[in-house]
Amino acid sequence: MLNPEELKYSKTHEWLKEEADGTVTIGLTDFAQDSLGDIVFVNLPEAGDEVKAGESFADVESVKAVSDVFSPVSGTVSAVNEEILDNPALVNEDCYNAWLIKVENVSDREELLDNKAYEELCEKEG
Amino acid sequence: MKLLFEISKTGRKQSLLPELDVKETVFDQKYLRAADPKLPEISEVDLDRHYTELSKQTHGVNDGFYPLGSCTMKYNPRIDEETGSNAGFTQIHPLQPEESVQGCLKVLYDAEKYLCEITGMDGMTFEPAAGAHGEYTGLLLIRRYHQSRNDTERVNIIVPDSAHGTNPASATMAGFKVINVPSNDKGGVDLEELKKVVGKDTAGLMLTNPNTLGLFDPNILEITRIIHEAGGLCYYDGANLNAIMGRVRPGDMGFDCVHLNLHKTFATPHGGGGPGSGPVGCKDFLKQFLPGDTVKEENGVYRFTTAENSMGKVRSFHGNFLVVVKALTYILTLGKEGIIEASGKAVLNANYLMEQLKDLYQVAYDQTCMHEFVLCLDELKKETGVSAMDIAKGSLEYGIHPPTMYFPLIVHEALMLEPTETESKETLDAAAAIFRELYQKAHDDPEYLHNAPHKCPISRPNETEAARNPILKYESD
Repeated sequence: MLNPEELKYSKTHEWLKEEADGTVTIGLTDFAQDSLGDIVFVNLPEAGDEVKAGESFADVESVKAVSDVFSPVSGTVSAVNEEILDNPALVNEDCYNAWLIKVENVSDREELLDNKAYEELCEKEG
Repeated sequence: MKLLFEISKTGRKQSLLPELDVKETVFDQKYLRAADPKLPEISEVDLDRHYTELSKQTHGVNDGFYPLGSCTMKYNPRIDEETGSNAGFTQIHPLQPEESVQGCLKVLYDAEKYLCEITGMDGMTFEPAAGAHGEYTGLLLIRRYHQSRNDTERVNIIVPDSAHGTNPASATMAGFKVINVPSNDKGGVDLEELKKVVGKDTAGLMLTNPNTLGLFDPNILEITRIIHEAGGLCYYDGANLNAIMGRVRPGDMGFDCVHLNLHKTFATPHGGGGPGSGPVGCKDFLKQFLPGDTVKEENGVYRFTTAENSMGKVRSFHGNFLVVVKALTYILTLGKEGIIEASGKAVLNANYLMEQLKDLYQVAYDQTCMHEFVLCLDELKKETGVSAMDIAKGSLEYGIHPPTMYFPLIVHEALMLEPTETESKETLDAAAAIFRELYQKAHDDPEYLHNAPHKCPISRPNETEAARNPILKYESD
């Protein structure tokens, strides 16, 4: 799968989308979902929770393992994707639409990569 | 099926409980409960049927082939159970005077002697309750060693990326930082990468050899040398000892301490929640830090002693003693020749089964394996949509236990098979035929395998939900 050009990527395999209203949307990359294998459970924070750049805000469980998901930004969770709580396989099927959380009041952010630099990173790790 | 509480009928009784054989004591009223506890009341025959029914809902080594990789599900000889249930071992108390339990102390003494000989170690503790507890104890030994030298900068434990998940977990629990080293294209430790991560902060290395790919790392002496030169210690995860027992000794490979899984390698029942036993052996220079009591012999009299700089206890009393009794029975029954033959057959059986399957299934690392091997079902999944999970679930339908799935993590769609030495050629041939049939089925009727098993009491439980929200108690109305 192509990693969309309009997104930014973290070294820990999350994608980030800057929304027009100043919030950001966060999800898992194709590399992440492919490495994890069939995802069977997603544990998300609640709206109103604080997230911190570089710290875990969620965990995903696949047939292989439970893994932390790290936030590329600091801020307040404004929405969580309820749909993937019921159907975690959506992350495997369509990871760039199956977002995890939206964050508002973004104060701090990690160094992020564009799709080209991210693909190089994946190449190395793959 | 119904729970005991659900088949209970007021007034039903059985005579299985023994007579009261101590003097009755009257407790003070304030300690007595006001109402009787709600215990199930069941007749003997209904109770008997309940447990027989339960036993039919599971799959043990006694039911059929059990190639659960990394778990060494070998047959547990009946003689081990016989000695393990001897009243002289079961009807004792850990606080009895030493002179009244000399036989039990001799069991610990002899077991230590033989297991040290097998592992190339100089001393051993039997306190750890099972494998991961042994890992933790071994890491505490490493920590104590560095502390005793005021070498406080050593905070890193190096773990290869093929390691058992318990290794990084134990290292983290013991307060270390985990440094991963990648595997090379032969499945062994990448020496160049290893050299890059060692240094003044290296506390030690945790390694299992053969590793979780079932491959013996031929660079093992070089690996332990690199760690020692950096000032670290080498810890041997004994999970895969069944492949080398009686042939190669961790102590001779350069390891300083080791844990064993007596319940795996030395054939005591496991997989049902325990008890296990994870003794930790070490070289002379680490013996001073061993936890708890070890047994010494003087003029034919056995007694407990505690190491001079002991870390204290890691478990109550002397660990799971009856498992040690069974393991010692196993060692004495097989003898020196038998132990060597067992590991040889374990390796032969794994290679035989691998050869029977490798024209259809892709072997993750196509080379002579040790006691187990790993199949990579990535291609099969791409071709047919049938995953390692589907094949594993499908194997249940044929009355064999599924192989280990999705491990080690470095192999995609992994199935790991460990037949063990106790299986006959006929059993291996039958298993190979089943896995070949499943391969064909994946092409002919993938949907069938997506929904397998069809004929078992439970098909596909929601394992995630069960793990996260287990219902562990019965609530009456």
